[in-house]
Amino acid sequence: MKRKTTGDLVFEVFNYLLMMILTVVTLYPFLHVLAVSLNDPYDTVKGGITIFPRKFTLVNYIETLNYPQIPWAVLITVLRTVIGTFAGVLSTAMVAYVINRKDFIARKPVAMMFIITMYVGGGLIPDYMLIRGLGLMNNFLVYILPGLISPFNVIVIKSYMEGIPPDLEESAMIDGANDFLIFWKIILPLCAPVVATISLFIAVGHWNSWFDTYLYCSNEPRLTTLQYELQKILSNAAASSQIDYYSNLDPNRTMKVTPHSLRMAMTIIVTLPILFVYPFVQKYFIHGMTIGAIKS
Amino acid sequence: MNSSKLYKKLWRQRYLILMIFPFIIWLIVFRYVPLWGWIMAFQDYKPGKPIWNQEWVGFKWFVEMFQDPDFYKAMRNTLIMSFMGLVFGFPLPIILALLLNEIKNISFKRTVQTISYLPHFVSWVVVASLVNEILSPSGVINQILQKIHLINYPIMFMAEPRYFWWIVTFSDIWKELGWNTIIYLAAITSINPELYEAATVDGAGRFRKMISITLPGIMPTVIVLLILSIGNIINIGFEKQFLLRTAATRDVADVIDLYILTYGIGTGRYSFGTAAGVFKSVVSLVLLVFANWFSKKTTGYRMV
Repeated sequence: MKRKTTGDLVFEVFNYLLMMILTVVTLYPFLHVLAVSLNDPYDTVKGGITIFPRKFTLVNYIETLNYPQIPWAVLITVLRTVIGTFAGVLSTAMVAYVINRKDFIARKPVAMMFIITMYVGGGLIPDYMLIRGLGLMNNFLVYILPGLISPFNVIVIKSYMEGIPPDLEESAMIDGANDFLIFWKIILPLCAPVVATISLFIAVGHWNSWFDTYLYCSNEPRLTTLQYELQKILSNAAASSQIDYYSNLDPNRTMKVTPHSLRMAMTIIVTLPILFVYPFVQKYFIHGMTIGAIKS
Repeated sequence: MNSSKLYKKLWRQRYLILMIFPFIIWLIVFRYVPLWGWIMAFQDYKPGKPIWNQEWVGFKWFVEMFQDPDFYKAMRNTLIMSFMGLVFGFPLPIILALLLNEIKNISFKRTVQTISYLPHFVSWVVVASLVNEILSPSGVINQILQKIHLINYPIMFMAEPRYFWWIVTFSDIWKELGWNTIIYLAAITSINPELYEAATVDGAGRFRKMISITLPGIMPTVIVLLILSIGNIINIGFEKQFLLRTAATRDVADVIDLYILTYGIGTGRYSFGTAAGVFKSVVSLVLLVFANWFSKKTTGYRMV
């Protein structure tokens, strides 16, 4: 090995320092909110909380989860994430498989039909009118159906399928398997890495969405999602009205928390599942992203 | 192909057809029927009547839109925030990718990367909550500014219109910086290592190699992404603006999509909202076609 020059050393120190600053800037907001959410709400008012709770308590979480809408919101969010991801990934993979079959009779026009929708869409109002016309307002299906397939994901899975040798399908066909069985038993398992990546993207999308609830389900308290509830308590007016609402029900209860601490606890509740899932799937999504990036 | 052969082929592919058929129906209903709704932009749409029985008004709504000062405000805000995002947000992931590439300690590099991707996976609702907390009068930014005696009283960041564009731009950078490096890091791995060896022999230092080999190596990717984002300046979305705005910052926060939302759905002027949406789509398509043409011309690389 050659010796490091002074210039290289300065550069190296500067670089490491910069990366550490970046890490701190990225993590600080999360750690701070976590600390506040675990701190006594009336102690928090005094200020000065950084990234460690001063008076540890779980009261903010207990109070948040006690609000009648929240358990429903948890249930709906989990349901929509699980069902939406399962339906979305399966549909996307099926479309990708059929489009990828060189002998499929309508291959070109079908692929074209999907690709066009990447560039033109009806827009906010026509989409809204359609959902209303279909009777999907205040209906759980509005979370699953309209966003079922994204053409971008179809392209990512399809380009992965291109790398699977066609001999595998041919030998299965000789053994008498039909096209669906070939897809289900051979192609889909071979696509596990890319399917995992797309699943993560779709799941995060479902978990994080709030706008469809805002537009289509805000009149049905049993169908609202966690992100939407957080959005509601984030706007100050809504938070205080919610607090008022609950204090009218039971004056002793809301005295335990402040809207501020409540918001912080809710922020953490909404973020937590992602923090748990994403380090495990990281190696998949980087690979998947790279495929997608190169192909499109 | 004669018809009996065609039937034979259709029959042989019946499973494939069955597999795709529901999704073609889905595509038509959820993606093509809304395009049909564009007709509303040229009608005086009244709820309750079928779309073919509505009164035709030609370009009335477009004319009205172009006479509305709020529309220009929304247009201005969209363009300014897009350009700020481009000017400040575009170079940073490139710089970060270059610097990350120079970190030879693999576990440190991986840790930095893992942490930098994290914000990409949380929702804008959560980011808005974090931003509100950090920028609140008792938040960390105000504390630091007071400690170093730059200010005597806390700044109400969220309620000051002049800070809004910066807040949107920087929270977007905070959220997506790490994630946007992935594509550049992928491009860096495909650079021929012999180039680095040759440069070492020529006596180039680390910084020199980064500027003279790595950066030119990822230039095609940089240019394609830059052109793509120029094609997307009008598609800024509305989520961050919707979630970060307050009553005091509305004037600088309203972007095209929020304008459509407010006037189209909020006040029930469906035809007007659709007209604004059609306008946006047309501008977006024109920009895309232009970007594509420009990319083909300058880099020989076609995106569409």
